[in-house]
Amino acid sequence: MIFFETRQVSKRYAHHLALDKVSISVPQQSIYGLLGPNGAGKTSLIRIINQITAPDEGELLLNGKPMKPSDTAVIGYLPEERGLYKKMKVGEQALYLAQLKGISKRDARKRLGEWFEKFEITAWWNRKVEELSKGMQQKIQFIVTVIHQPDMLIFDEPFSGFDPINVNLLKDEIINLRNNGSTILFSTHNMASVEELCSHITLINSSRKIVEGRVTDVKNEHRTHAYMISMMDLHKNPVEFLPQRFIVSDSRTENDGTVNFTIQADGSEKPNELIEYFARQGVIKGFSEKMPSMNDIFIKLVNQTKPK
Amino acid sequence: MNKIALIIQREYLTRVMKRSFIIMTFLGPILMAALMIVPVYLASLSDLSERKVAILDETGWFMGKFEKGDNLSFEYVFNDLNTEKENLKAGVYDALLYIPRPDLNIPVNAELFSIRQASMNMRSYVRNVMKTEVENRKLMASGIDPDVIKSAKTNINIVTIRLDEDGGETRSFTEVEVALGIFSAILIYFFIFLFGSQVMHGVIEEKTNRIVEVIISSVKPFQLMMGKIVGVALVGLTQFLLWVLLTGIIYLLFVSVAGMEVQKGADVFGQGSVIGGQTETILQEDRGQDGVKQVMEVISSIHFGTMIFSFIFYFLGGYLLYAALFAAIGSAVDNETDTQQFMLPVSIPLILGIVLSNLIVNNPDGPLAFWFSIIPLTSPVIMMVRIPFGVPLWELALSMALLIGGFIFTTWLAAKIYRTGILMYGKKVSYAELWKWLKY
Repeated sequence: MIFFETRQVSKRYAHHLALDKVSISVPQQSIYGLLGPNGAGKTSLIRIINQITAPDEGELLLNGKPMKPSDTAVIGYLPEERGLYKKMKVGEQALYLAQLKGISKRDARKRLGEWFEKFEITAWWNRKVEELSKGMQQKIQFIVTVIHQPDMLIFDEPFSGFDPINVNLLKDEIINLRNNGSTILFSTHNMASVEELCSHITLINSSRKIVEGRVTDVKNEHRTHAYMISMMDLHKNPVEFLPQRFIVSDSRTENDGTVNFTIQADGSEKPNELIEYFARQGVIKGFSEKMPSMNDIFIKLVNQTKPK
Repeated sequence: MNKIALIIQREYLTRVMKRSFIIMTFLGPILMAALMIVPVYLASLSDLSERKVAILDETGWFMGKFEKGDNLSFEYVFNDLNTEKENLKAGVYDALLYIPRPDLNIPVNAELFSIRQASMNMRSYVRNVMKTEVENRKLMASGIDPDVIKSAKTNINIVTIRLDEDGGETRSFTEVEVALGIFSAILIYFFIFLFGSQVMHGVIEEKTNRIVEVIISSVKPFQLMMGKIVGVALVGLTQFLLWVLLTGIIYLLFVSVAGMEVQKGADVFGQGSVIGGQTETILQEDRGQDGVKQVMEVISSIHFGTMIFSFIFYFLGGYLLYAALFAAIGSAVDNETDTQQFMLPVSIPLILGIVLSNLIVNNPDGPLAFWFSIIPLTSPVIMMVRIPFGVPLWELALSMALLIGGFIFTTWLAAKIYRTGILMYGKKVSYAELWKWLKY
């Protein structure tokens, strides 16, 4: 089921088109990656979704209905450019930001207490923000983003400024939130975390949407038909028995006689047919398709769609 | 709670709790009260001890002419100058007045010796006595009775009375009105700048902290801007009212504790103007008392209700008008140093108002006064200058209505710049750029 949609959204600034008829569909309870190089229009799109700016054309649908101004209450937004009032106390500030999201002071205090405990920062409640480390501030920022239990969460580069331990803490929390029913829109340049977290992605380049879909579908679509094979008891070198159109590379023979090699097929055979074919040449110890990483796909697509 | 109320609350509380606010709140009235009390108090302290002046009069003209004053006593001495100088050094008396025999026949020079600097009081007294005596002798020499001249001396005292349209009469005393008008104009100017720039700093702080995007995902930029402007306005009102209250309390406390001394001090002040010839003294005394009476009358004739109401109205109106512009400036820049180029055009009308106020008091009903008190950019300052002189109701109403219109307009204008500006980072903004933002 689609939770959130943009339809043909365009945004024009004085001299350039920031978004050109971008339509995305975010399924409920998905972790949806919004990818794109710098300046592609991601932040513009996110600001439109948050109703910080209005689109020139197009519409936004939440649960199938056009979005209302009051719908910001069901969105939690962690912007890329984020910060806190430096002179204000941590607890006071968290309460203020939570109340701005429309929850009562009492609820806010209770929920903040729980989150502060979970992130082990209770001792910091009465300290001023300027006394905190950057990572600590980021934790507080994360908490106030999710404090009103929004149906949709928008994270713009959530992991920047975190150490690896806290990155893992945050990833777990993001998955938790998804499991508890939130839909998550997630913008990042970190492709490893996209692979790890996202079920769906969309790629925006030069103000246009280039690709959208499930991560697995996108990967399938961009598979290169490269396979990693490892075999024993080969009667011939793979280069000799394979037809010319297969390109063999990285061929290496181990001490026990195992030969590891990579072939580049052209896609005219299914993997099963390839396995059958290799089974006739020796004992297959391992056979795997080399799927493209999101990183590869990203670079490939962005380069392909470079504006002339 | 309503979100804009939440923002107002935060803006208000964080500022009111600041140490600088608390210090200013207490320091302001103390300074203000000190300004009123200290001169009076000092006057009551100064010269309480009696000064003894020795007179070495070689001419003999002034024998017995110097009379004992409140804190001056005189003693005639007859030794030669050097001996008397030694006496002065030895501390037999505080000062030595030496009137040498004149080269021609009229003594016009005298020397006043003292260990410490001779007080103004002493000097002017001595000069007056000598002048009167010499003048009298000259008159006598030309056959004129000095009493005739004295009785011919007249002091013209003009009482200005304003006629209302409905026939009422109000005594006016221009000096009081000028002082009151200029004082409240300067206060408005000062408050607008002080609190307007607080709004600007607040906006810059939010922008450089990068918290602004977090907040405007919960509230509209306009709500954030208005919340800040209103919050700071309340801070300003709080400060103003506390100042008025505390100044009053401090003054009353002082008067009740040290009431006697202040009274004495006031007497000393009174005497300051009394020094002089006998008849003149009486005249001056008359005028002095009359002046005080007039001032009191004028002060009571000024409608303080109107004054305070219009002060608060023009403070709020002027503040709202400028605060919106200050907020827009804050949103357009990345740091304090970049504000200069935009501050100038915003400050000019206010500064112009203060500069013109000196002209306005000379002609508070002239066309200059009229137009500048109607134009919203200068009306908060100029109208405050005019109000003590009395302003026709329709002009006041027009000016107030235009001021309200003015701040609605600047707020609308500022909101457009603000909502784009707060999301622009790392960009030096020009006027052309601002113009573009208006059209987004």
